[in-house]
Amino acid sequence: MESVGNIIMYFIIALAIIVFSVLTVTSRKILRSAVYLLFTLFATAGIYFQLDYEFLGTVQIAVYAGGIVVLIVFAILLTHKPGERAERLTSHKRFMGLTAALAGILVCGYALVNFASNAASELSKNFSCDIRGIGNALLSTDKFGYLLPFEAVSILLLACIIGGVVIARKR
Amino acid sequence: MKFDLTILMYIIPSVIMFCCGVYGFITRKNMIAILISLELMLNAVDINFVVFNRYLFPGQMEGMMFSLFAIAIAAGETALAIAIVINVYRVVKNVDIRELTKMKF
Repeated sequence: MESVGNIIMYFIIALAIIVFSVLTVTSRKILRSAVYLLFTLFATAGIYFQLDYEFLGTVQIAVYAGGIVVLIVFAILLTHKPGERAERLTSHKRFMGLTAALAGILVCGYALVNFASNAASELSKNFSCDIRGIGNALLSTDKFGYLLPFEAVSILLLACIIGGVVIARKR
Repeated sequence: MKFDLTILMYIIPSVIMFCCGVYGFITRKNMIAILISLELMLNAVDINFVVFNRYLFPGQMEGMMFSLFAIAIAAGETALAIAIVINVYRVVKNVDIRELTKMKF
């Protein structure tokens, strides 16, 4: 049994996720859709905080909201005239999109409802995800250590920096 | 009243978010809008990893670590994609995917 505040917070977050993700893909002004994406990402960070993953929520806000959305907004401002609207969808295209999305929801929903009978319903109490444990796991070479992926990500980010400069520079 | 937040109640918003991403990916014509839809899908998958980790394996943190690395990779991928979009804009003067008929200019 959760506290009432927790449940109210959950409903706010879930409603925000659903409404803002629908608005993100249906808004015809591209800058608005980027702002709705920002709200969706904040609501996701809310889910992480609610599940006691404080570090992951912080990373979500810092990297997604602080980095990716800013990057997307810059790209939009560089490539669009202000106030420009996307043209209306053709009904054929909308039908295709709706079919794919609804089929996905139906299949996943069916699987989930079948799964729900034996689903875990309680958050277990013996849970600890402190920052010290995360740091030790990231830099250890033991069984549950992540040193190799950590270094691989650093190489990947370096490659992304170089690739971004090479692709976007003026010839 | 007994009301529990089950695992299902966190997965359902994530399913809806993912399918919104699929819809946007199919219907949008703008390259940046497609990128935004892609971010939605990636984000929905991250939620799944974290929720399953928290409910089914609370003593471990594999799911959280996977989300952490997925966020890092998403950041790199977005930076590269935006570099490509800006390069395309420089050549074609807009970012509509219907204008992109040639791979090499």
